[in-house]
Amino acid sequence: MIEGINISKTFGDRLVLENVSVRMEKGQTNLIIGQSGMGKTVLLKCLVGLLEADHGQVFYDGRAFSKMSFNEMKVIRQEIGMLFQGGALFDSLNVEENVIFPLTMFTKQTPQQKLERANFCLSRVNLGNVNKMYPSELSGGMKKRVAIARAISMNPRYLFCDEPNSGLDPQTAHLIDELIKEITLEYNMTTVVVTHDMNSVLEIGEKIYFLYNGKLWWEGNKNNILQTDNPELQEFVFTSELTKKLKPEKG
Amino acid sequence: MKFLFHFGRYLNMLRQSFQRPEKQSIYFRQIMVEMENLGLASVGIVAIISVFMGAVLSIQMAFNIDTPLIPSYTIGYVTRQSVELEFAPTIISLILAGKVGSRIASELGTMRVTEQIDALEIMGINPATFLILPKIVASMIINPFLIMMSMLLAVVGGWLAGIFTGLFPSAEYIYGIQSFFHMYDIFYAITKTVVFAFLIASISAYCGFYTKGGALEVGEASTNGVVYSSIAIIFMNLILTQILLA
Repeated sequence: MIEGINISKTFGDRLVLENVSVRMEKGQTNLIIGQSGMGKTVLLKCLVGLLEADHGQVFYDGRAFSKMSFNEMKVIRQEIGMLFQGGALFDSLNVEENVIFPLTMFTKQTPQQKLERANFCLSRVNLGNVNKMYPSELSGGMKKRVAIARAISMNPRYLFCDEPNSGLDPQTAHLIDELIKEITLEYNMTTVVVTHDMNSVLEIGEKIYFLYNGKLWWEGNKNNILQTDNPELQEFVFTSELTKKLKPEKG
Repeated sequence: MKFLFHFGRYLNMLRQSFQRPEKQSIYFRQIMVEMENLGLASVGIVAIISVFMGAVLSIQMAFNIDTPLIPSYTIGYVTRQSVELEFAPTIISLILAGKVGSRIASELGTMRVTEQIDALEIMGINPATFLILPKIVASMIINPFLIMMSMLLAVVGGWLAGIFTGLFPSAEYIYGIQSFFHMYDIFYAITKTVVFAFLIASISAYCGFYTKGGALEVGEASTNGVVYSSIAIIFMNLILTQILLA
């Protein structure tokens, strides 16, 4: 479980997050949603320690992450897998080397063991025969899948995904969503997903936090998000013609 | 104020870079890779520039000391001294600042804007140590070899110029390059080279490592890396010359 308590963050004079408290449950897909520029990615980066919050604390299963030194953080970070918006694969390494990279840095596995693990992780994300390809030769969806394979190679306890569906076609986006959901259950991970894709929200949103103007505006799950009477959330959820059809009739 | 901010952040980056690596064998391999990328890949350009630099120096020298009062072996002597003391360590370092500096800054800048540096940090790897330290160490090891090669080729270039133009006798030139040789001059040149290598790698790395934005900013970081490391080289050249030759 990951807990963020009263997190505030400013950039210059701009208040991006204001006293946001969240509780990301273990074995569930926890979503942070909201329009662009509402502080979703900033919250994710504060939780994962890429940005230092001005106020507030972050706990990983009770361990006060925000008060740790870099070396102490390292221990927790080896338990974290992260899927970045663009994949963030290392350009100079091929697919196999990218997946093996964390294992090389932090384990004493033999090359054969590492290769077996890489092949397992790649097969887990339904990727075959791409081991020797470089990131520049992969499609957007394949990059994301390789990034997921790399993220799970160390059997993480926590998985963070920053807009996993951005720039993907609906089928691939669905595949990635399914993958995140399956992996979360399989490894009993605490998964945090930042998204503004309503399909993802309705498919994998077991716990949902809606941010509006840097504040936590609503929390719930995929089952009660459609019944919300929160006007800002309604505006966000029922934007497209497709989601408008899901809007419950009054009375 | 802005200078102090950047200087402080630069020192902080160096402090982070010189921390104990996570896995030393990986870093050793990284240093080898960087020596190839930053050093061996520059052999061609250094060789071409050095030969022509030596040739032009000796021809200019021949035209300028066209008097029977100065022996013609002076051409070889002055060419060697100029190359050894200034042209090879400083001019070649400035050229390397352009080639290697822009490569380092743009590589790290691209890694920053595509979140590859964040990915390293999330994995629990110190990105400064992993990415910057091997570049600094590799440059400090390989650049002295490049400079020594440059010295040799520049002297050869001067000799070839004499042969092809007939401006000075070959034997006199060879006698000149062997005259009044002081080992300390080589020490001086190598010391300067090592300091310049450190400046090129670290300043360019700084410019790339803290890039924010996109492609435009990566280009800007690359330009800044070259400009600032060149300025630092020229400034440090003056200080080192005062310290080592005074």
